[in-house]
Amino acid sequence: MKFIYQSWWKVLAVVTIIYTLVAGLTFHVPTLPILHETIRNLYFHVPMWMAMLVIFSISVWYSIKYLRTGQEAYDLIAVECVNTGVVFFIFGLVTGMIWAKYTWGEYWSNDPKQNSAAIAFLLYCAYLVLRNSIDEEQRRAKISAVYNIFAFPIMIVLIFILPRLTDSLHPGNGGNPAFGKYDLDSRMRVVLYPAFIAWPLIAVWIATLRYRIRLIENKRNTL
Amino acid sequence: MKKILLSFLMLFLSTFFSFAQQTTGVEMADQMRSSGKIYVVIATIVIVFIGLAIYLFTIDRRLKKIEREN
Repeated sequence: MKFIYQSWWKVLAVVTIIYTLVAGLTFHVPTLPILHETIRNLYFHVPMWMAMLVIFSISVWYSIKYLRTGQEAYDLIAVECVNTGVVFFIFGLVTGMIWAKYTWGEYWSNDPKQNSAAIAFLLYCAYLVLRNSIDEEQRRAKISAVYNIFAFPIMIVLIFILPRLTDSLHPGNGGNPAFGKYDLDSRMRVVLYPAFIAWPLIAVWIATLRYRIRLIENKRNTL
Repeated sequence: MKKILLSFLMLFLSTFFSFAQQTTGVEMADQMRSSGKIYVVIATIVIVFIGLAIYLFTIDRRLKKIEREN
């Protein structure tokens, strides 16, 4: 865990995102009806979900580790990862809503993708509420770790699997082609993939900052 | 007769033009790119992001100080 105190990967993430900001607005994109220039949202909307996915995965990993070892620090990592992940969840939802307004016509058109994303959001809100409702530390850690392990696959099913099985406006769902079909010329990939790496790094960075604060608070409370 | 022919010709030409527009008519912000105004937008976004990044780095540094004291 030494790397959370190092700064090379933080600088890397910042530089990469600055690159995607510049390249994302200037590089070539396919000209498509309805989407027009909004296709560039792909570089900023999808990485939010990528960041959320990575940070929630880390959270589950440490929840499992907590249940196996009972070390309090692992529980703290799991919570702060969820706290950060929820923020990126909101970013993903809101950017998706804005994009939907200008391509699907409504901010919220009760699309399966939108609805199940909202349910998954409540799922993680429930995790945070559950944590705050239990006073005893070990019980809290154990119960919330178990909840977290169950919430993660349900979130995956809700956001990434169920919308695929029904009719959805969202690309890649319900028979709609994903954007992978459009950027076959790979010119979009040179921006999209760096963004996929950099935004999760930013999320991890924020989570580690929160975790370090939590460690200090925890130390003070136990003294 | 001549008028009718001419109007038919006009009709034909107008459909031709409208079809021509359809094939190339996906609207992109080409004007913004050619006038260079897109760089104003990029500059704004990049400045905001650099500001936030510096902010995160200062939080990181302050936290390091507190960690050393603890």
